[in-house]
Amino acid sequence: MVRTCVICNKERAIIKRPKTRQQACRECFYYVFETEIHNTIIDSKLFNKGDKVAIAASGGKDSTVLAYVLKLLNERYQYGIELFLLSIDEGITGYRDDSLETVKRNQQQYDLPLKIVSYSELYGWNMDQIVKEVGLKNNCTFCGVFRRQALDRGAVMLEVDHIVTGHNADDIAETVLMNIMRGDIARLSRCTEICTNGDECIRRSKPFKYTYEKEIVMYAYFKKLDYFSTECIYSPNSYRGHVRTFLKDLEGIRSIAIIDIIHSGEAFELKKGVKLPIQGVCKRCGYISSNEFCKACVLLEGLNRGLPKLGIGKTNKMLKKYGNMPEGMATIPKFMNKNSDSVSEQC
Amino acid sequence: MTQPLIKVNLFFSGGLEILFDNIKQKTVEISSSINPPNQTKMEDLIKWIRENLIKTKPELFMTGNTIRPGILILINDVDWEVEGELEYTIKDGDNIHFLSTLHGG
Ligand SMILES: [Zn+2]
Ligand SMILES: [Zn+2]
Repeated sequence: MVRTCVICNKERAIIKRPKTRQQACRECFYYVFETEIHNTIIDSKLFNKGDKVAIAASGGKDSTVLAYVLKLLNERYQYGIELFLLSIDEGITGYRDDSLETVKRNQQQYDLPLKIVSYSELYGWNMDQIVKEVGLKNNCTFCGVFRRQALDRGAVMLEVDHIVTGHNADDIAETVLMNIMRGDIARLSRCTEICTNGDECIRRSKPFKYTYEKEIVMYAYFKKLDYFSTECIYSPNSYRGHVRTFLKDLEGIRSIAIIDIIHSGEAFELKKGVKLPIQGVCKRCGYISSNEFCKACVLLEGLNRGLPKLGIGKTNKMLKKYGNMPEGMATIPKFMNKNSDSVSEQC
Repeated sequence: MTQPLIKVNLFFSGGLEILFDNIKQKTVEISSSINPPNQTKMEDLIKWIRENLIKTKPELFMTGNTIRPGILILINDVDWEVEGELEYTIKDGDNIHFLSTLHGG
């Protein structure tokens, strides 16, 4: 039994859309997929004409589709933005070197400038060396803290105004649930924002906030987009925990649940008077931090002094135990945003 | 009483190939009726794959009687949700693609 597309009532349906349960043909699917993202961009006023926008590109499905679709929409609707690919080289042999090859192919395919920032150049350590030092227990903490800061620093090098990431609806629903379980109020209110004024005044946004993972993968499949899907060798199976499994089970039963969870996250409001940490800048490297030193500097100090536990857990407690951060240690290059003289006032 | 065999082209991608010794494509011959007298359905094929092809961690391929949530299936380039999912009757020459959404990002 061949089913017909409910949008054009003509062609053969090739996908059942998770958000609407509509069955759509290939051309109608492309059109609604792209148009919904365009509507999200317009409704949330993500871009201004003349913006320089870096796509955080890992070579994976989400950022590959994001680069393809943003380039297409920018031409179709004349956003007038300038797009860049920004990739982080964590230095993971057999994983990141391969995925960076995918990004380099994307650079050719989409004809976008590419900037690669490596952990080695920023921190003097790559993940292969860090894992040798700290083992496979806390390595993801190092990697996560270092990546976030590396993206901001890459954005400054590219002189872009804005970083867009490939986080999709499933990712955001997962983060909402995790923040609720952890009771992390500050993050809960931030994680559903489509656009955060980056702590350091570089905007970050998620054009795929309402886009289902299934549709991203289907779109990449039908368009034959070139993406990389190997797991990081240092976090085997940690990729999706119980929360992800739970979400996918929910989605199987009632696919709108993903959007419902995002809406619930958005509906949480902070009571007036709840104190959130005050942002300042790191004394050592100038990066934004709510403590005296940023997390990356403390982690790096631990690595350089052979005390890899220094930045794990409560920073102040560990610093007390192991002594403070002496001056003159190896450090990350000074973080200089173009608005950096006014950083503390603006953020 | 032997049933006629049908040829099915299987594809594994999106990181799912790890469960199959990194094999991305395989043509298999299966009975047109794994559970006589019924014709072979998608449900039979998934179980057959678990029993005959999976090298490691079958729980990453199946949950209960069905495919693990997060793995997409395309039957001749059509979403299996359009084709009746587990109830789809496998035909000779079908191209069946198993595509994980769970890896990378
Ligand atoms: Zn149509
Ligand atoms: Zn710092």
